[in-house]
Formats: sequence, C-alpha cells, structure tokens
Amino acid sequence: MELEKRWLRETYVDALIAAAKSDDRIVILEADLMKAAGTGRFQEAFPQRTINVGIAEANMIGCAAGMAAMGKIPFTHTFTPFTTRRVCDQVTLSVAYAGLNVKMMGSDPGVTAELNGGTHMSMEDIAIMRNIPGMTIFEPTDSAQLLSAFPQIVAHSGPVYIRLLRRNAVKIFDEGCPVQLGKGIRLRDGGDVTILCSGILVAEALEAAQLLEAEGIHADVINIHTVKPLDKELILESAARTGCVVTCENHSILNGLGSAVAECLCENHPVPLRRIGVKDHFGEVGSTEFLKEKYGMKAVHIASAARAAIAAKQ
Amino acid sequence: MFLQQKAQEIRRETIRCIGKLGVGHIGGSLSLPEVLAVLYFDKMRIAPDNPQWEDRDRFVLSKGHGGPAVYAALALRGFFSLDWLDTLNRPETNLPSHCDMNRTPGVDMTTGSLGQGFSAAVGMAIAGQMDRRPCNIYTIIGDGESQEGQIWEAAMLAGNWHLDNLIAFTDYNKMQLDNYIEAENGLYPLEDKWRAFGWHVQSVDGHDVAAIAHAIDNAQKVKGHPSMIILDTIKGKGCYFCENQLASHNMSITQEMWETAVAMLDEEDA
Repeated sequence: MELEKRWLRETYVDALIAAAKSDDRIVILEADLMKAAGTGRFQEAFPQRTINVGIAEANMIGCAAGMAAMGKIPFTHTFTPFTTRRVCDQVTLSVAYAGLNVKMMGSDPGVTAELNGGTHMSMEDIAIMRNIPGMTIFEPTDSAQLLSAFPQIVAHSGPVYIRLLRRNAVKIFDEGCPVQLGKGIRLRDGGDVTILCSGILVAEALEAAQLLEAEGIHADVINIHTVKPLDKELILESAARTGCVVTCENHSILNGLGSAVAECLCENHPVPLRRIGVKDHFGEVGSTEFLKEKYGMKAVHIASAARAAIAAKQ
Repeated sequence: MFLQQKAQEIRRETIRCIGKLGVGHIGGSLSLPEVLAVLYFDKMRIAPDNPQWEDRDRFVLSKGHGGPAVYAALALRGFFSLDWLDTLNRPETNLPSHCDMNRTPGVDMTTGSLGQGFSAAVGMAIAGQMDRRPCNIYTIIGDGESQEGQIWEAAMLAGNWHLDNLIAFTDYNKMQLDNYIEAENGLYPLEDKWRAFGWHVQSVDGHDVAAIAHAIDNAQKVKGHPSMIILDTIKGKGCYFCENQLASHNMSITQEMWETAVAMLDEEDA
C-alpha cells in the first residue's frame, strides 16, 4: 500500500472548485485556516464566494446558517475540534435544528493533528456530531473516494460533517470508484471475523487482514465511511456470517463508530465485539505513526483484537 | 397614528396570548410592539401570501424569546389567522416559545440560543450583498443578549464587510433575567461600542413609532456601514402588572391579570 502523492486537502479543494463552477450556490467560509485547508485556490477562482471571518468559529457557523437560509450551499472549515466541540450549540441549533443546508469540513481528525498536540486533537468530534438529529458524517478514506462522494455531498439537502485528513492518504480506491453516502464498502471477503474500519485505519485493517490470513483466519473487511447514517444492513449481514466484529477508528472508542456498531449489534444480532481506537484519554504531541502505535491502533493490535473476538465466540 | 394603533394591537394580542397560556416571556415581548409595527406595517418589503418570496426583506428576532410579539405582528399582518395565537406553546403548535423558521410562516430564522440569530442575520446580509438582492436584513438583539461573545464576533465582521443592507436594533430595556443590565454586566457606553465596530449608530425612543420610522429611513440611506438603532425601551411596557418589573422576564399570569391589562389598553384607545 502506497501513500498518495498529493495531500487529501488538495483533492478536497479540486472537488470544491469543480462543484462551484457548475453550482453558483456554493460558497466557502473559513476561520483563519485557509492556508491549512489549501482553500486559497478556491479564493483565487471565486473571490466573491470566499468569506474568511477571522478567528471566530461560532460566527462562521452562524453566518453559514444565514447564507443557507438565503439559498446558498456553504462549506465551512476549521480543525475538527473547533467545528464540533467549540461550536456544538451553533451547529446543533443554527444549522441542524433550523434544518439548514450547511456542509462542515473538519480537518486533522484524531491523532493526525500530530504536532499541534492534545488541544487540537479531536477524539470526540464524531460523538458530538452523531448526537445531532439529521447530521450526516462522512470520513473519506482517500482521494478517489472523496472525489466520487463529493457530488452527493453537494446534492444532499441537509447538514454534512466531512471529517478530512489533510495530508497524504494511503491509496485504497481506484479513480471513479463507486461510493454511496450511508453505504459501507466491502474491501475483502471473509467468514471468520468482521472488521469495520474508517479513515486512516482502513489501511491498518487491510494489513491486519493479511496477518490474519497467514494464520488461516479470513476477515471480512468493510469500510464504513459514513458513520451516520450507519449501514446497519451490511453490518448485520456480515456479523451474521462471521459471528464477531472488530471496529477500527481514529477517534475515541466512546460514541464513535465502535459505539454505533455496538448499538446496532446489541439491538439486532448480539455477537462478540472489540473496539480499536482511542481508549478514553486525551491526545498529545506526536507523529501519526507514533500515536497509532502508542494508542494500540496498528495492524498488529487489530489482528490481536480479531483473535480475541473470534475466541469469544466459543 | 396608524402605526401607533398597530403597535397597540400587537401589544394587546401579545398580552392576550401569553395570558391565556398563563406563563411566558412577557416582559421582553412587550418592549417590541412599536418596532415590530413599524417594520411589518411600514418598512419591510414582504408578501404575507408568499412568505418565501425570494426578494423579501428578512427579519431575524435574535432574542428569540420575544416570539409571541412577532407572532402577534405576523397574524395581524395576515401571515396566518389570529386564532393561531391561542395555540402559543401548546402541543403541536406552529407558534413555539422561541422563533422557528420551519413552523411559522413569516419567520425567517430559527432562534433561541442567544447570540446566534445575529450571526445568521449577518450571513443573510453577506448573501444578499453577494447576489445584489434588493432586500434589507432586519434583526433585533436583546441588551442582555449583547453580553454574548458571538454578538461581537458578528458585529466585527458586519462592520468590516460594510454590510449596509443590514439594519439591527438593540432592545435596550435595561433589564435581564436576573438583574438590571448595568448591575450584572453593563453595556455602557453602548453607542460607542457599536461605532468602534464600524457601525452607523442611532438612539431613539423605542416606543415612538415616528422616531423609529425616521431612524430606519436614515439607516436605509447609509452607505458602507451596517446600522444599529438602539431602542430605548421599557421592559413589560404598557402592561400594568409587568411594566418596568424585573420579575417580568418570564412570569405566571392569571386570567384576571391579562383581562384587566387588555381592558386598560382598550380604555386608553377609546
């Protein structure tokens, strides 16, 4: 598996510009992180449709809501913790409760905030957004998946949270790959254990599946790019076949993908479950690789969790 | 005279609908009838039979708890029938305590969490300016609400973006839920604050419809700056049991109380 050459943010800006060319309702709002998002190219193409509100995230979300009420499709951006926990009430009321069509991109999810450290590391952003009625939560795995999904994000009427890695993603999908918001993607077929994964842990999950294969364990690996709405049908179909599940996410194991899957399984088809992710603690300064290792989010940890889940079947 | 009469009608219907329910945000609703009368019966370009008309002027009550007064104005203006007012805050109502754009015809923004409606109004003004829409955005914030940081985030942006299609009012009734504004966390000097943020500022008697109308005329002529019209108002104005009363923010009301208050207004008019 190889890293993509371009940062994922560049693909995001490509997609934004392409969409904005054919849809003049699209505008962007930034809170002094345009250089982090790379949206300067959008500003060059559409200076009148770029609003940098300065360091004022609450006002950014509020203004976006007002613009949506006037028929615009605003895309806001700041780092993941600031577009969720910092402005939770604004997103909840001015956007979601008001039923307004605002797309919120959060960059540097979880441990990928790297040297910005614990203050900038959102382990709870999905948890916050998942509790807001009507919210769609999408975490693209790589540039091909992001490009394929983008027109659906634009066309979807309602708030969408885009949880975006800024840097190079591991290439998983081919250009033009089919993707549908709310529908998981099976990456590998197997009957012994289900591995559900998102974001930067998709590559780790696939590597874990290879480790398990060498032991004769066949993993069913599914990319859950949309945590909400959750693809319960696919998850239950796989769980019924394998009899145990492991979830892998770059987020707290509380109230993110792992919890969503636990709710789904417990209510419909209880099977042993193990959750890979941040285990209820804050983040800290470190490279993504260092933190994945330290927090038990590498392929070896996923493989180990899969063995434990399989053992629990008996 | 016409606008003063409309203001009294809004006041009467506001007292009646909160009174019939028996509890509500009556104080902060009753400081609003005059400005609402001027907006809905004179200055705003609106179409009651087409509430979603694209080029209409927008109105955002950022102090969303004043909803009952807005509902009275909308009903009297013909957005829906006066009967609706009796459903205020009752199950399945279209007139909830705080303004809701998805329930009430004529309400342009959902508000209730203080500070947020003002940002939305600024966003509307940016969008209006971007599309060169021939509409103004009107918004009312509370004086207590002005303690929210988000108000000043939005104020700074509106000033810097020269949003002259934005006309805001402060309902300066000097009281908030717990205490007098100046005793709790004062706003003085309020005019200077708005000027410092790049706004054109006027202060008028908030219960004088002619003065309010004149101030709006002035504001509409201002180029390159958003306008703030500070309305010197009295909380609970025109209602004997709550005028200028700190306890009027959200209070219980008996049938005798509201009927007496309405009768007193009728007498004044006669």
